[in-house]
Amino acid sequence: MFAAFAVAPVAWLFAFFLLPLAIIWAYSFGENKSLTEIVVTGSLADYAHAMKPLYFGIIFKSFWFAALTTILCLVVGFPVAIAITFASEKTKAWLLLLIMLPFWTNLLIRTYALMAVLRTEGYVNFALSLVWNGLSGLGGFMGYRLGAFQPLPLLHNDFAVVFGLVYVQLPFMVLPLYAALDRLDRSLLEASLDLGAGHLATFVNVVVPLAMPGIVSGVLVTLIPSVGAYLTPDLLGGPNSMMIANVIERQFKSADDWPFGSALSFLLMYMTFLAIAVQGLVARNRRRREARA
Amino acid sequence: MTGIVMLNTPGPLEYLRRWPIRVWLAGVVVFLYAPLLTLMIFSFNDDKRNIVWRGFTLKYYALTFRDTDLMVAFGNSLTIAAISTVVSLVLGALTALLLWRFRFPGKLLFEGALALPIVVPEICMGVAMLVFFTQILPWPSGLPFPLNLGAIIVSHISFSFSFVAIVIRGRLASFNREFEEAAKDLGAGEWRIFWDVLVPHMQPGLIAGALLAFTLSLDDFVITFFTSGPDTTTFPVKVYSMVRFSVTPEVNAASTILILLTVALTALALRISGGDIARVEAGEGV
Repeated sequence: MFAAFAVAPVAWLFAFFLLPLAIIWAYSFGENKSLTEIVVTGSLADYAHAMKPLYFGIIFKSFWFAALTTILCLVVGFPVAIAITFASEKTKAWLLLLIMLPFWTNLLIRTYALMAVLRTEGYVNFALSLVWNGLSGLGGFMGYRLGAFQPLPLLHNDFAVVFGLVYVQLPFMVLPLYAALDRLDRSLLEASLDLGAGHLATFVNVVVPLAMPGIVSGVLVTLIPSVGAYLTPDLLGGPNSMMIANVIERQFKSADDWPFGSALSFLLMYMTFLAIAVQGLVARNRRRREARA
Repeated sequence: MTGIVMLNTPGPLEYLRRWPIRVWLAGVVVFLYAPLLTLMIFSFNDDKRNIVWRGFTLKYYALTFRDTDLMVAFGNSLTIAAISTVVSLVLGALTALLLWRFRFPGKLLFEGALALPIVVPEICMGVAMLVFFTQILPWPSGLPFPLNLGAIIVSHISFSFSFVAIVIRGRLASFNREFEEAAKDLGAGEWRIFWDVLVPHMQPGLIAGALLAFTLSLDDFVITFFTSGPDTTTFPVKVYSMVRFSVTPEVNAASTILILLTVALTALALRISGGDIARVEAGEGV
């Protein structure tokens, strides 16, 4: 009976998931002998290669982008989560659907939609040019000259990458925040408000500490995919906004340096594990503190 | 209605009734939807440059449907999603039942490994699959449809079935074991209990899991990008090659079709599983 349930999933997980990852892991300690042959030598040369200024810069940049994205998602998403939490049951369902729906839409299509909005001849610049020409005409009456409209460079730069990441990741932040806020004991909020604390003070001193597990998991589910984002920097970024994933792709598809690509992939994996371990630790400390209290 | 008093003064916790929150929420909704809606609207625009509205047309849809490559890719995507969903559903249900019903050595380890496909960055899984299907299990080219899509299907199942397992496991957690005992008392065998008691209870989870697997597969670009070959493109991979350098009405039309398809599927599944959940809960309330 047990075997009937266990064999298929365990076998699949080993053969088609853990084994491929294990191979990459082994390759990350290997080197290219010839074009097609990779020898696993156990050397750390590939990891050392990743620490060279060029690649270290890209890794650092990936983290910087991801951190910025996470902070922006948190700031933008928290009021949304609060609004959903304290809505009536029916409104709540609709609002959740409203936030979830873009998440069901294809990532590539969402990114493409942003390209159409942000490009030089896109909708934002088109709207700005209308405003500019309107102001220019108005200024002409009063003797000012504004000059011709210069479209803002919104696409193919770092701004576009972070904008795109926030656009893509926002639902991932809102949902865990909402889940945490929804479990919150409302009488505590009411007590805080009754005792004279303002909404802001209540938010800082009551809501945030109580929602901390949700905030931590929201931060993680936003941060991890952002660091490893491939499509967003590829389509929205410029030549200088490469992130780790773009370097990895290059090693496997054009540069043919699989060991180095594997090392970069596993650097990404180690960081993911670290983040999860931190979350586990936070959760454990919290439980312990609660048990003591 | 008690709404008259509330209309004037929002209660202390009725944040949705405060205007700064409302403005914020409206801003976020515009931020999330404006790009997608303009994309959809402008797919009907009769202008190649695609900024100013020049009248309604369906010609880009006609172009899209006549684009054989794109249609083949679309068919591939649906086939991959369908097969991957069925297999993921079986594997996911088995996994959920395994974890729910049995204690066994290495259970924690298995659970940890099961969470990996969810947390591993897509790019890492993509390159791992690329290496696996070139070095260990080279997928023969020129196989008849749909076997030629095997590498992509296998990869999709690998990242989908963990999600399915989690959804079904969540559903199983609410199963009342007394039903099982009652069935046993009434003389039902293991098999009968499984099909007549457990599976009906799991049904909303199965539907939600299937929907999740289908959309995950349809949505995936990165992992497919690394496992697809020149003859086995999927819709996202094909669109990717089209959008890299330009924004065109054809891509808008193709994207609109996919958006509408996903929205319709989601709505359908929500309706089915939502109705079921409501019914089950009503049944439990009695």
